[in-house]
Amino acid sequence: MYGNAYIDPNEKANAMTAGEDPIKLAEFEARIARGEKIEPKDWMPKEYRKQLVRMIEQHAHSEIIGALPEGTWITRAPGFKRKMALMAKVQDEVGHAQLLYSAAETLGKSREDMTNDLITGKSKYSNVFNYPAFTWADACIIAWLIDAGAIINQVANAKGSYGPYCRALDRICTEESFHLKYGHDNVVTLATGTPIQRQMVQEALTRWWPPIMHFFGPSDKISQHTEILMRWKVKMASNDDMRQQFLNMYVPKIWDLGLTVPDPNLKLNEETKKWDYTEPDWDEFKRVINGGGPCNAERLAVRRMAEERGRWVRKALYNASEKYVTPLA
Amino acid sequence: MIKSLDPRVTREQIEENNLIDPLTPMDNWETYEVFHQKKRGDQHMHVGIVHAPNPEMALLFGKEQYGRRSITANIWVVKTANVFASEYDDADMFETTPEKQYREAGGYKVMEKINKYKKAQKV
Repeated sequence: MYGNAYIDPNEKANAMTAGEDPIKLAEFEARIARGEKIEPKDWMPKEYRKQLVRMIEQHAHSEIIGALPEGTWITRAPGFKRKMALMAKVQDEVGHAQLLYSAAETLGKSREDMTNDLITGKSKYSNVFNYPAFTWADACIIAWLIDAGAIINQVANAKGSYGPYCRALDRICTEESFHLKYGHDNVVTLATGTPIQRQMVQEALTRWWPPIMHFFGPSDKISQHTEILMRWKVKMASNDDMRQQFLNMYVPKIWDLGLTVPDPNLKLNEETKKWDYTEPDWDEFKRVINGGGPCNAERLAVRRMAEERGRWVRKALYNASEKYVTPLA
Repeated sequence: MIKSLDPRVTREQIEENNLIDPLTPMDNWETYEVFHQKKRGDQHMHVGIVHAPNPEMALLFGKEQYGRRSITANIWVVKTANVFASEYDDADMFETTPEKQYREAGGYKVMEKINKYKKAQKV
């Protein structure tokens, strides 16, 4: 699963490279242009480091928090096989957070600082996880469509320029392919089942459609700022392009099942070959991301509880003679 | 109290504003680099890191993190602090003469010489 990293289009572009050594900057950009990866100890612009830490950290937080709405249904998953599969998926998501925290750590921010910024609300995570999974069908829609969106995002970012992040994403994408199939299988089971099952999955789709459209973030105006981030291969595709790719791949699959997408304006525009849709409610998006969603308080309270109750165990194992060293890769 | 759709969360009776002290450095311990061998006979490959308080737990976390999904024959863990690495800035030390035919198998054309010799013998 994945949390989008939103880039402020109003940030000044020239501030991004201010004070950098022009020769080192040129060498750095040439390396990326040649398709080579940047490794942790390489020289990099301050802004490159800052944006990557923010992005990878938010991604890690999203994996951890994303396990919570799905975990809701572990105790009540219908049947032993689905329970096993859901537990495995949730465990994978938490494992993905570990991989991502490690990648961010190579850039110099400690895992303790990242956790502190999450539990105090300073760092964000993907907005979709501030919504509840009301029914089993919600958990199925998350596993299918949110993971589908995540894979589109992650496959794009895996071609980015920062070595440790790419390596983590390659591993994550391999593991996610089972999540997607598992989610699709569950949705198909409900959609081809009894009238009550069909109704349940339709209602879940209707509930989740707005968060899914929010998932890729607001339209990013092409600013100099985003242009630099794209040249540095920090950002690999515009939010709108990724949203289009998602619609292209998944709307036909949803329609195949005879389900209704709750947007009367959704259609493939034959001229532009792009999808027309009703503009998502970005005020709602901002309200939720800033703490006003139905589950924000619960998610962070649960995370703080886990942190606090595990503290004595970690302290008991702590060895004062050990020193922290930034991981290699 | 948090009232959640997840019965396990509700049972925990969590206060909504359960503010906690921030984590301090080394709360998550030091790191170990993990090397994973897929099957006997393969090389061990570096796959990433784990945070752990001692080597035994590093192996345990390494197994869970990197052996959970794929076939695994064996893993190694090495404290990050104990790894000595070359610098990318010194990559020019790996540069050698561009012409290295003398250390390639294809640089030695013995058959040509043998055939020439055999031909000379027949005459």
